[in-house]
Amino acid sequence: MALSIEDIKKIAHLARIEVSENEAAATLTKLTGILGLIEQMQAVDTTGIVPMSHSQDLAQRLREDIVTKTNQRDEFQKIAPVIGNGATEKAVSHGLYLVPQVIE
Amino acid sequence: MEWEVVIGLETHTQLQTNTKIFSGASIKYGAEPNTQACEVSIALPGVLPVLNKEAVNCAIKFGLAINAEIAPRSVFARKNYFYPDLPKGYQISQFELPVVGKGAVTIQVPAVGKNPAYEKVVNITRAHLEEDAGKSVHGAVEGMSGIDLNRAGTPLLEIVTEPDMRSAAEAVAYAKKLHELVQWIGICDGNMQEGSFRCDVNVSVRKKGSDRLGTRREIKNLNSFKFMTQAIEYETRWQIETLEDGGTIHQATVLFNPDTGETRAMRSKEEANDYRYFPDPDLLPLEITEADKARIQTQMPELPEAMKARFEAQFGLTGYDAASLTASRELANYFVATVDKGAEAKPAANWVMGAISAKLNAEEKSLADSPVGAEQLASLLKRIADNTISNNAAKQVFEAMWNGEGEVDAIIEAKGLKQVSDTGAIEAIIDEVLAANATMVEEFKAGKEKAFNALVGQAMKASKGKANPAQVNELLKKKLTA
Repeated sequence: MALSIEDIKKIAHLARIEVSENEAAATLTKLTGILGLIEQMQAVDTTGIVPMSHSQDLAQRLREDIVTKTNQRDEFQKIAPVIGNGATEKAVSHGLYLVPQVIE
Repeated sequence: MEWEVVIGLETHTQLQTNTKIFSGASIKYGAEPNTQACEVSIALPGVLPVLNKEAVNCAIKFGLAINAEIAPRSVFARKNYFYPDLPKGYQISQFELPVVGKGAVTIQVPAVGKNPAYEKVVNITRAHLEEDAGKSVHGAVEGMSGIDLNRAGTPLLEIVTEPDMRSAAEAVAYAKKLHELVQWIGICDGNMQEGSFRCDVNVSVRKKGSDRLGTRREIKNLNSFKFMTQAIEYETRWQIETLEDGGTIHQATVLFNPDTGETRAMRSKEEANDYRYFPDPDLLPLEITEADKARIQTQMPELPEAMKARFEAQFGLTGYDAASLTASRELANYFVATVDKGAEAKPAANWVMGAISAKLNAEEKSLADSPVGAEQLASLLKRIADNTISNNAAKQVFEAMWNGEGEVDAIIEAKGLKQVSDTGAIEAIIDEVLAANATMVEEFKAGKEKAFNALVGQAMKASKGKANPAQVNELLKKKLTA
């Protein structure tokens, strides 16, 4: 499978990674190399082998449905870049994390 | 040109658990913003998800209820996209190996105009567990969006159908059926205003007789059955008109605006999704054993279909009555409790679907808040059955019970509604009526049947409605033909 520079830019955009023109060319070479490796591996006969979804051959452990977390909003919001403050902004903003406006 | 609409649904049902799917934070609705957003919900670095057992149990219950394959091994995957209400940058969902596989739901599509009601099977493709995102609040602060992560991590079961529905009526019948079922088995509270049950509807059209699917557009986040009907009907018309005008349909996500009744495509940038799913290395595969399924099976209530069949067989109810009574588990339980307390089944069915339902609707109450409980209704019905009161008097007694005026017998006594079944007393009333209405008697003897009913009416009136109508009929007939 051949990748184009446009594919690199699209993947970078989806991952929100800034890639300059120079870096894009280098990334293209590296990613193409990885895909080449995968193409080689596809020559291996995997008939009858169950696809692996985790490196450990274990099953998920489950948690009882009991509330164990308490309200730590004030602690968490100390490190937030911007939070709503009901005192200086509209009261409904109190306790919200604020981000640049996202239009629906 | 005849067109056919093809519809499939994806429904997000919020599971009735105490805590989030991957953390021990509460999911109680209505809390102050971010007070239920723990370190996992806000995605602090280094936190790990731990799967909630109850969310898995809910998925198993649903699988059992629709007779589906329940995967012995299913896998959680990351669905990657960026949005402020998803702080991890991915949603944990299931992709290739969902917990619930193929199943089916039987729906009843109601009659419309000349088209009679019919049954139809809607096939379920899959149902998978996933976490909900947080909530964005727009307009609270100028130029900013507010993020409340209380909802982030709430357990959802996304239920996906095959494109099996062929009209808005069928789609709504399915949505209602599913809505009823998830509440019946106790996995979802069904509260649509609070977003516990949200539908995405995929709509496409094709020429009738074609076996190829047209290009679909997905109507997002419908949270009322009324809006669902309007949105599908508008979208169908729009697609047909577009094609008939020589246009083409492009795959898109659309939103329904209840104010205009129209659907509108979201900007293409927002829909250019490439989620790059991959197995989440933070979670091991979910294994469900036969023993797990057997254990959950013992917790399953009798399902609506089985209960409907039982009502028909056990109580001799019509299919219609049995279906109405099993429209919700609450209603069915109330009916069963009324019968258990000694009421006859058929009158109990009539009163539950009639007087009780009418009162509840008028006062927008649920059965749980009914001032007349099953036991009280049964005691009222027993007084009709043993001829203490007439059906008419029973309506007055019911009204009084509803208004909290006391128990059945006390009300009958206080209002003097006891039916007169004493032959002597009734005969005396009839004699008076016959004497006072000589003209009617003549008319009856001349062959006018109507005059008889008028005389019955007079006798009932003279008894202030308390005479046993059957006895009045019988005695009057005897006297007139004597």
